Amino acid sequence: MCASGKYSSRGPALIPRMKTKHRIYYITLFSVVLLGLIATGMFQFWPHSIESTADWSLDRRSVHDAPLIQLPVSNPIPERGDLSCRMHTCFDVYRCGYNPKNRIKVYIYPLQRFVDEGGVPISSTGLSREYNGLLSAISDSEFYTDDVTRACLFVPSIDVLNQNSLRIRETAQALAMLPRWDKGMNHLLFNMLPGGPPDYNTALDVPRDRALLAGGGFSTWTYRQGYDVSIPVYSPLSADVELPERQPGPRHYFILSSQTAIHREYRAELERLKEENGEALLLLDKCSNLSQGVASARKRCYKGQVFDYPQILQESSFCVVLRGARLGQATLSDVLQAGCVPVILADSYILPFSEVLDWKRASVVIPEEKLPEMYTILKSIPHRQVEEMQRQARWFWDAYFSSMKAIGMTTLQIINDRIYPYAARTYEQWNNPPVVKWLSVNSPLFLPLIPPRSPGFTAVVLTYDRIESLFRVITEISKVPSLAKLLVVWNNQNKSPPEGEKKFKCPECTAIDGLSLDQTHMVERSECINKFASVFGTMPLKVVEHRADPVLYKDDFPEKLKSFPNIGSL
Amino acid sequence: MQAKKRYLFLLSAGACLVLLFYFGGVQLPASGRNRHDRSHNGYRPDQPWPHFSDPLQQFLPWDQLDTEEYNIHISPRQKRDVNTSVYKGKRCRMDSCFDFSACKKNDFKVYVYPQQKGEKISESYQNILSTIEGSRFYTTDPGQACLFILSLDTLDRDSLSPQYVHNLKTKVQNLHLWNNGRNHLIFNLYSGTWPDYTEDLGFDIGQAMLAKASISTENFRPNFDVSIPLFSKEHPRTGGDRGYLKYNSIPPFRKYMLVFKGKRYLTGIGSDTRNALYHVHNQEDVVLLTTCKHGKDWQKHKDARCDKDNAEYDKYDYREMLHNSTFCLVPRGRRLGSFRFLEALQAACVPVMLSNGWELPFSEIINWNTAAVIGDERLLLQIPSTVRSIHQDKILALRQQTQFLWEAYFSSMEKIVLTTLEIIQDRVLQQESRSTLMWNSHPGGLFALPQYSAHLGDFPFYYATLGIKPYPKFTAVIHAVTPLVSQSQPILKLLVAVAKSPYCAQIIVLWNCDKPLPAKHRWPATSVPVIVIEGENKVMSSRFLPYETIVTDAVLSLDEDTVLSTTEVDFAFTVWQSFPERLVGYPARSHFWDSNKERWGYTSKWTNDYSMVLTGAAIYHRYYHFLYTNFLPASLKGMVDQLANCEDILMNFLVSAVTKLPPIKVTQKKQYKETMMGQSSRASRWADPDHFAQRQTCMNKFASWFGGMPLVHSQMRLDPVLFKDQVSILRKKYRDIERL
Repeated sequence: MCASGKYSSRGPALIPRMKTKHRIYYITLFSVVLLGLIATGMFQFWPHSIESTADWSLDRRSVHDAPLIQLPVSNPIPERGDLSCRMHTCFDVYRCGYNPKNRIKVYIYPLQRFVDEGGVPISSTGLSREYNGLLSAISDSEFYTDDVTRACLFVPSIDVLNQNSLRIRETAQALAMLPRWDKGMNHLLFNMLPGGPPDYNTALDVPRDRALLAGGGFSTWTYRQGYDVSIPVYSPLSADVELPERQPGPRHYFILSSQTAIHREYRAELERLKEENGEALLLLDKCSNLSQGVASARKRCYKGQVFDYPQILQESSFCVVLRGARLGQATLSDVLQAGCVPVILADSYILPFSEVLDWKRASVVIPEEKLPEMYTILKSIPHRQVEEMQRQARWFWDAYFSSMKAIGMTTLQIINDRIYPYAARTYEQWNNPPVVKWLSVNSPLFLPLIPPRSPGFTAVVLTYDRIESLFRVITEISKVPSLAKLLVVWNNQNKSPPEGEKKFKCPECTAIDGLSLDQTHMVERSECINKFASVFGTMPLKVVEHRADPVLYKDDFPEKLKSFPNIGSL
Repeated sequence: MQAKKRYLFLLSAGACLVLLFYFGGVQLPASGRNRHDRSHNGYRPDQPWPHFSDPLQQFLPWDQLDTEEYNIHISPRQKRDVNTSVYKGKRCRMDSCFDFSACKKNDFKVYVYPQQKGEKISESYQNILSTIEGSRFYTTDPGQACLFILSLDTLDRDSLSPQYVHNLKTKVQNLHLWNNGRNHLIFNLYSGTWPDYTEDLGFDIGQAMLAKASISTENFRPNFDVSIPLFSKEHPRTGGDRGYLKYNSIPPFRKYMLVFKGKRYLTGIGSDTRNALYHVHNQEDVVLLTTCKHGKDWQKHKDARCDKDNAEYDKYDYREMLHNSTFCLVPRGRRLGSFRFLEALQAACVPVMLSNGWELPFSEIINWNTAAVIGDERLLLQIPSTVRSIHQDKILALRQQTQFLWEAYFSSMEKIVLTTLEIIQDRVLQQESRSTLMWNSHPGGLFALPQYSAHLGDFPFYYATLGIKPYPKFTAVIHAVTPLVSQSQPILKLLVAVAKSPYCAQIIVLWNCDKPLPAKHRWPATSVPVIVIEGENKVMSSRFLPYETIVTDAVLSLDEDTVLSTTEVDFAFTVWQSFPERLVGYPARSHFWDSNKERWGYTSKWTNDYSMVLTGAAIYHRYYHFLYTNFLPASLKGMVDQLANCEDILMNFLVSAVTKLPPIKVTQKKQYKETMMGQSSRASRWADPDHFAQRQTCMNKFASWFGGMPLVHSQMRLDPVLFKDQVSILRKKYRDIERL
């Protein structure tokens, strides 16, 4: 196309000089242009097949194909995160706009490999399996847009899940190089392991301007409420181990501690609890005879006795989740998966997704200082409560912890709820497990109100063609003082409704008066009930044995003093 | 000719070129830009995230955490101490600025400094203090206290205000319990002044917590401060008006969609939003009115729109709009919060918030998305389309929730103050704190006490929400006050009748008689366990103590001389299962307003309605034992004990205050009506001429403590489905009720 364009553009200038063979020239020119057009057309209609082959080849694509970007040392570094940032100060809401679906659009930057001037990558792991999974999930979701101009939220493809594998300064420079960075406005970073030795900050140390942080392990001092999102630390075991859901109920052990790296002071405290309460506590540690690596992650030991991890978690009612160097612990995820109630001892820790999840119903939070009282505190919790928490714990894992996709979607939904608060998911939607959603009854008229008589009621009378009976109903009901309006639904296509006050005689009506006694009628109604119940998936009707009567109904009392004397006198 | 041809060719070539450019040059980049950018290795930047085929590393190497966690040498205790010393002032949190050790185990007591002579205190602050002093949290012993409240008026810290207290700094520093504000709570409604209205209180609050109105998210210290609503001087101290919603209308639309009427500031802080409101005003269903007429020299500052706005402003009546609008705009004023918020809430007009950065009242516990529309000042012009897009079902829910929240937390000063204290108590007692559901659903956090149980299923309020049912048995509690002398005493008959009920789990006899306990063999043999508890103080209120032996959800409360048949009990219990949060009883009583005496009256006459059932024979949830004992003030319980009367009235007041609904009366055998209540001991009690007068007095005393009359009338009695119907008695399940 380019070539033909060039050629033809030169054309007009040549024409005057070419007196002979001009015809051939014009024909050539014309055919070239025509060919160009056809080629263009082909290009227009072929792309589908081109794309599909491209897609096919995409499946075999490698991260090493991503463009290599060298970061000059002098490149700017973003400012450290601003602690006062809130949605109304650091977030550009105009980018999200008003849309009927009330859904934000999320753009993912294409993958690039950043290296410093010496060619050393800014991250030791590069794109991790988990971050790749997260980005794929976003890209497959309804939040995703490939149109950078329409995006409300930007997700860099720079993996900062684990600060330990990052070179902080270079990572920050890489962020600042993103084409739409704009002081980090509307950018979302995911980080699960923040901080580093010796003091382990509770938020990612990479300077990031105004970017939002979805972080695992925030403390109340680093978490910007209503701006950041507190996320779990994903447990890689989730993908490898399948733990079948267990019915809530009492377990073999009462309290279990499975973490391997517990501060010695706390381990001593736990040992003391174990001494006092014996078998009810199981205090596990690393197996000393196993080599490091995957195998050791799947085993725990107590005095030479080897237990499978995380399976052993299912054998306990409560499982301890103690802070380590960091506040966020991957153990929390394992514990929830096992349907074990987490006992969280991590002062100032912002629990994952605490903006929407009601952790009171799924966990016990105990101040670190009260570790010695843990046993007494847990013993005071009623059994029914423990069972509900076990169920709730497992549900939280299923819905919000089980995969990087679950974590990513929950994060985006939380941000979405902030931007479109009037379309936000409700407490019940977030917190009720499916079984509760199924069983619970939430009346649309939930406010306890006893309406006054004054607005009265509207009577709706369905009629076919039994005019006499209709008029009888109308006459009777219009005597009621509270009647505000009477609506007759004429349910007969063959006849038009009677006009005015005219009375109709209906001799054939009597023939069907005995309708309700008809056997087939009953059978039909039974069938209806069965059909409806199957559509509802359950029988919503409830049986009661009471009936509402006026207070003095059938009492030995002068009728004229009763408010509703005629009831039951038919 | 040739030239013509030439031009023709040129023209067509040109046309072709144009076409070529059109398809190739313009459209191609638009639709297939990505394809063009594609580099040789097939990498396409703007496409969905690719599926990489290479094995990627895990973000968390297996050994990282183990090695890292072992690296920490600093003791956790030291780490906590470091936090305490580092996070001060604006970064205060409960973990760093609050001394939990001052709060005795499971006890949250509040100390109020004694009032200094000559120190002027505004009426509002006086009300706050007296509310705390009248609450169950109050202690006069600072050694017992977990929280301290100043007797110095800090409500109005606008230095231009006449209420402003000077020299607060020195006054506070001189308090010997001040301890740099640790465990202190400071109430504040106004801070800063014209022109910048800062949120500074004008004195060093040290490590004290703030319960402040109009607080911004920027200054708000989460889980440390409490955001309270701005309320006026006229806000009632107790009780307070109910919400204006009397009945639900469907569809829920009102005359106006969105209204606002208020001042416009023209310039300075907070003026932008109100200045722009006229863009959205449409004179029809969106009526947003502002006036420039306020302050002395408004004429000086007025702009081109003022006269027009002022004229429009006078055309509408604020009250009329408030009550006839679906949504009410609540834009920020000079400060973030405004009176409009509570006004709209009470009027069941769904507030549409336009106050960026305002930490909404009680945001720690209230999920405001269920009762308000949180708008963004930057998107003012979108507000009409936003509110119009809200579905009717949602409007209906939002409106009801405004009423629930208003009555639960805002309708009186007392509720605002108690809610503030309960929020702090929840933080302090962690294990005994309310879940979000308890705060945000009926009957609300002030009536749902977490000290009773952490399990939602133990309360009578959440069965439907959780999709569960109460335990299908009851515990009978018989209040015995006369010695056991004969085997034909009514209490023994009653015991046998109740024990026969298949729903009876156990019977507790509360021995409140001065004579010693009868020997075990004197009690009849029953199929259910009979537990005899000796009342410690033998007082009336002890019949409503939350005995640990009561393991069922339902309690059947009985007087010793009550005459009941097994069938009557069975039927009442099945009714209670449908209404587990209400009182279900047999004989009923009623209250009325005696306009001659200007007081509440009590009647036991047979009337067409009732508002109380006697607790000498009633079924209710065991939670009400806990609530009666722990929620009601000692003054009312003391009155009951002293009179040995009115305990049933108080219980009815309590349950109706919680449920906002009347009790339920069920059928009883008619011929026993006269004798059911009142033989032996009871007779003496009821025969007392003072008895009736006392009950009148009780009613009025109770109503004044509740801040209004919580009782609700009902005209309904629940009878068995075939009751007195003309069918064979053999077909009736509860036939004994009809038999003479």
